[in-house]
Amino acid sequence: MARILSILVGLFFTAGLTWSLLVGLFNFEMPHSVEKDFHKHPKELHLSSDGAFGKFDRQQLQRGFQVYKEVCSACHSLRLVAFRDLAALGYNEAEVKAIAKGFQVPGIDPATGEVNSRPGIATDYFPKPFANDIAARAANNNAIPPDLSLMTKARHDGPAYVYSLLTGYADPATYKNEQGKALPKENYPPATGHFNPYFANLNLAMAPPLTSEGQVQYGEGSPKPTVDQMARDVAAFLVWTAEPKLEKRKQTGWPVLGFLLFATILGFLAFKNVWADKKKKA
Amino acid sequence: MSFPWANEYKPSHPFMQWMDEKLPVPRLVYNAVGAGYPVPRNLNYFWNFGFMALACLGIQIVTGIILAMHYAANGGVAFDSVEHIMRDVNWGWLMRYAHANGASAFFVVIYVHIFRGFFYSSYKAPREMVWLLGVVIFLLMMATGFLGYVLPWGQMSFWGAKVITGLFGAIPLVGEPLQQWLLGGFAPDNAALNRFFSLHYLLPFVIVGVVVLHIWALHIPGSSNPTGVEIKTESDTVPFYPYFIAKDGWTLGVFLFVFCAVLFFAPNMLGHPDNYIPANPMSTPAHIVPEWYFWPFYAILRAFTVNFFFIPAKLMGVMAMFGSILVWFFLPWLDKSPVRSGAYRPLFRKFFWFGLIPAMLVLFYCGGAPAEEPYVVLSQIAALYYFAHFLIILPLVSAVEKPEPLPYSITEAVLGHDENAKLANAG
Repeated sequence: MARILSILVGLFFTAGLTWSLLVGLFNFEMPHSVEKDFHKHPKELHLSSDGAFGKFDRQQLQRGFQVYKEVCSACHSLRLVAFRDLAALGYNEAEVKAIAKGFQVPGIDPATGEVNSRPGIATDYFPKPFANDIAARAANNNAIPPDLSLMTKARHDGPAYVYSLLTGYADPATYKNEQGKALPKENYPPATGHFNPYFANLNLAMAPPLTSEGQVQYGEGSPKPTVDQMARDVAAFLVWTAEPKLEKRKQTGWPVLGFLLFATILGFLAFKNVWADKKKKA
Repeated sequence: MSFPWANEYKPSHPFMQWMDEKLPVPRLVYNAVGAGYPVPRNLNYFWNFGFMALACLGIQIVTGIILAMHYAANGGVAFDSVEHIMRDVNWGWLMRYAHANGASAFFVVIYVHIFRGFFYSSYKAPREMVWLLGVVIFLLMMATGFLGYVLPWGQMSFWGAKVITGLFGAIPLVGEPLQQWLLGGFAPDNAALNRFFSLHYLLPFVIVGVVVLHIWALHIPGSSNPTGVEIKTESDTVPFYPYFIAKDGWTLGVFLFVFCAVLFFAPNMLGHPDNYIPANPMSTPAHIVPEWYFWPFYAILRAFTVNFFFIPAKLMGVMAMFGSILVWFFLPWLDKSPVRSGAYRPLFRKFFWFGLIPAMLVLFYCGGAPAEEPYVVLSQIAALYYFAHFLIILPLVSAVEKPEPLPYSITEAVLGHDENAKLANAG
């Protein structure tokens, strides 16, 4: 009885699936879209924070911070990062305070209680460039510039994606994809958009933010601030903002694995010892 | 029940004797996971995953309780409170990554544990109750995992909650009111987040309770083993302590090593980047996918693409998705073969390795892929086999198959000979 019943239930589900399958095969069509044809996988990017022994390059993080401060911060917030966190980039206390002071943060007038703004202090978070989403949309052709704090964790291939996007703008009229195909005219971005094959729908609202060498003036002894270098540096900086504890995590991992390896070997030897008399084939 | 040759608990210290008279907890432990529990001596390494699962449950509860001290279940601040844990709480990043990856590790272990049960037919009499309770634990784990994934209140949290509670909306007549009742609103919001947190904290303790029953039910007939031949004499068994404590102990070390390698060096490998974007009801992600451990069932849900007579495709999908797990409850009565172990069942074995396992892998892959061809057709074929396997093939195989000869006893399987077998033949 159980068998007959189960076979009937089984036939019900398999019949339903067969029907779906037949209809699916009859209408079978591989998905096809201009986005699929032209969307590119991010370029390779190697950062010193990569890999199991990865460590942040403090100099690069400082340069990346400079790029964020002078370019990105005009539109993009960094709301999860506080000025005090910048000490991890190698700035001393006075430098952190000076950086904080350079930003105006929302405040309240202690005499009148009115909303105003004041110079930042170390415990303040990076201020948002727009008062609210509506203001952000109004200033950016109806697109909200996303917060960058977690950007490198919030996209596939995070840092490589950021780097590729910043250096990947192309002219839709002359662009050819890997198969040598030109972008169809009807897929050109609208007047307010910008063609970028590393962006999922190819049409990015953000205008190319890094356009010329020396746009950001790096200090003495730094590499030349080419567009490529600035993009790498800001990607590295955003790896840090997304996970300030990354270095500590990797450094903690090794002793933990070392201990576990040791304990497991001891455990294995104890196991061999305990079972010695039971494993003999006599 | 236990075997007559099981060691008896004999406390020597006066305090332990006093304790044993008043509240014999040490005796309980001794008989459950100590020298008082005889275990088949031939268990292979697939039998170590139950112990690992228990360890996972422990990790999840400890890290979860600590996370709850810093997490805030409010739609306005939940996302930021998780980032606060990651950035400002001492070792918070470790607790959170351990908890998120711990859930994945728990499911990896439990899938091996379940498929061990499939292959060695651990569900068969006299262990039906062990199996039934195990399926209950799996369902509770799925519920807990789903609820937990909603708590960080990222994009996948929000849209996952919307899709999964939307499944209840497929139920005829009561679906829509039921969905609103579950969510406490028309869409996931603060009410849903709060109750999800409440239940996410409750269910693990329910799991602990069912795990106790699971182990209790296991101790009545004793553990199964790779031959499927029941324990006959003392030489078939060894006491749990020290033999299996030693074996489970060192494999736990291997498990923790792999777990920590992922935890410290690739903690976001199994997560989805979209969950690092705060929940936004106005912006639907390009592909809504659940956590990896739901993929096979998500693939089954999406495999039903057209209405079946008067039954809407979505309802078929929902029934099939729940049915695909509920069918496990009936396994003890679907598979009637008198032989337990797949090692002695030639036909069953073929369907297991060349049918069920590939079908499961395809469902895993397709469940995480976008809902487009060729993944839809692939998941339809795999889901078709999945249902056929449990509901049609398994009952038929057990009727027609001729099993291979079994060893006389566990002792014979291990040592190649058993004195008792000779006696039995002579007598």
